[in-house]
Amino acid sequence: MTDPARPPVDSPTELVTALRSTGYLADDGIATAVFLAMRMNRPLFCEGEPGTGKTALAQALAQITGSELIRLQCHDGIDAAQALYDWDFPRQLLHLRALEAAAGASGDALDAGAVEASLYEPRFLLARPILRALQTSPSVLLIDEIDRADDEFEAFLLEVLTEHAVTIPELGEIRAATPPLVVLTSNRTREVHDALKRRCLYLWLEHPDLAREIEILHSRLPGLPERLATQVARAVRALRQADLLKPPGVAETIDWARALQLVGARHLDLDSAAATLGAVLKYREDADRVRKQLDVLLAS
Amino acid sequence: MRTSTPADPAAGAANDDPVPGLVAFTAVLRNAGLAVTTDRVAAFLTAVDSLDVTSQLQTYWAGRLTLCSDPDDLPRYDRAFADWFTPPGGGSTRIRDERPPPPPKLAALTPPDGSADGDGEEPGSQLRARASGSEVLRNRDVAELSPVEREHLRRLLALLRPELPTRISRRLRPARHGPTDPGRTLRVALRNQGELGELRRRNRSRRPRKVVLLIDVSGSMEPYADALMRFAHVVVRRAPGAVEAFTLGTRLTRVTQQLRMRDPERALAAAGRAIPDWSGGTRLGEVLRAFVDRWGQRGAARRAVVVVFSDGWERGDTELLGVQMQRLSRFAHLLVWVNPHAGKDGYAPVQGGIVAALPYLDQLLAGHSLATLEQLLGVIRHA
Repeated sequence: MTDPARPPVDSPTELVTALRSTGYLADDGIATAVFLAMRMNRPLFCEGEPGTGKTALAQALAQITGSELIRLQCHDGIDAAQALYDWDFPRQLLHLRALEAAAGASGDALDAGAVEASLYEPRFLLARPILRALQTSPSVLLIDEIDRADDEFEAFLLEVLTEHAVTIPELGEIRAATPPLVVLTSNRTREVHDALKRRCLYLWLEHPDLAREIEILHSRLPGLPERLATQVARAVRALRQADLLKPPGVAETIDWARALQLVGARHLDLDSAAATLGAVLKYREDADRVRKQLDVLLAS
Repeated sequence: MRTSTPADPAAGAANDDPVPGLVAFTAVLRNAGLAVTTDRVAAFLTAVDSLDVTSQLQTYWAGRLTLCSDPDDLPRYDRAFADWFTPPGGGSTRIRDERPPPPPKLAALTPPDGSADGDGEEPGSQLRARASGSEVLRNRDVAELSPVEREHLRRLLALLRPELPTRISRRLRPARHGPTDPGRTLRVALRNQGELGELRRRNRSRRPRKVVLLIDVSGSMEPYADALMRFAHVVVRRAPGAVEAFTLGTRLTRVTQQLRMRDPERALAAAGRAIPDWSGGTRLGEVLRAFVDRWGQRGAARRAVVVVFSDGWERGDTELLGVQMQRLSRFAHLLVWVNPHAGKDGYAPVQGGIVAALPYLDQLLAGHSLATLEQLLGVIRHA
């Protein structure tokens, strides 16, 4: 089942090491999921709180497999023309006019069949992310926030994800030489249809534990003082339990640590924490509440 | 279950074939309520095959990745996995322990009969002479109906054909007016030997707007719960993809899936089984916060029509309720509170919950009779 385009990986443990080299610290679950996704050629469906590293996982995968990351950001009303392919209509029209003008000058009649064939040549095809992923080999296709798209779009994805091929009526079938490694992410704003989930491996991501989060800080921000990393990770942990409107994710932890590093803090104290709180809390209500109890939070 | 199957030659090295045991495990999961389909089982076996079947951790992940599809599945999966794989040899008798629990009694779903109906019968029979039964029933308080009238009301509810609101989508559809549609224009031109005739156009289409129904099923709402759940069923069935229904009690329960069933009786029975806190207390504030945190803020309530059915009796902190209603009002398109008591004479919104919520509501409506529920549908339609 393994294909030559991707470096063969024999066990989830090897993947942990490989992912670590890119700065992504995976646990057993993530590594096993990625391992199986590669072995079984199945898309990986990642759900979890915002900021648990769903998108980062796809980026890390692209790095370790040495392939291009192609990203499709879903949004309301996305359709096949934006996700798969579109024809470059202005250029097709110009081409048509040019042919006509040439025929008019020379007095020859146009061959309708030849004209049409020349209009639907690959050079007039605009490849959108999914088609690009099928044409690029190897590649990692990240379909981000699938829950923002509508059900029609999901149904359309089903076909592409299982066949690893698309049919363009004018050109015929385009099949991936190596099926792209597909990562779908969802924030659960809407329930994604079971038919789509059934074709994927389902990975539920949670916030990492304290030790791993400290490790993540070190790998992402080299030169971060040990004490500051520990303090930030602890404080974020406390914030996650503080019943906020938007509990901070790992992305916020990294942002906060970076902000503290930039203002030159050697450790987390009341002043530096208050000054940089905006990096970790994104709601005014949350910031107000935390500011009042900042001393308690830092003492914990 | 593991007796008759001959050993798989591929797994011949093991002392016995693991496949029947693994398949039996998926049956346990199915009984525990996970949506385990045959293709999922096949994926599970392929996954185990790619991993180390003797490693419990890898088997755990193989199953979790292929057989679960929702965070709610994970605790059930963990429990079933621990039960199945922890005792040496994986006792096959355990299957019997994993049968779904017996359905809870549905007393609350059937109308209360007796005492309350005695006085309700009289005006009904008098009025029947003047207007059709249905016409009178439309305006009667649901809580005061006799069992026969309730039966009639159920049929009337099932006949409702609600029109749901729409919003402008970003998806473009062929239209008479709007920006040009180059693709269609070119295709028409090709059909006419490249002659560009009339420009084809496209425009934004309309799509159903999301509707969220939050139904209080606490003890004080009990007389209305059955009718409201039936109402929710009709609305959910009308646009299964666009309507979400939740019940509020001491906890939040999502009943959308159950209410999508076609038959109202089966749908309500399934919803009844799903609701653990039927006719219990209410902690509106906390439960609404659970809704806003887990669903509303992420998108279920964004730009949606949100309808809260409750009498506003709040046992918990009304301040918390106010904060949650404020949050809801920020991302909802329209926030409506339906109070069965609001239609009664002399009603004043003085209950703690209503007072806290009132500043953030777009409308406060009555919902004690079929007629008022129809009015509500009108409000939802024109949102």
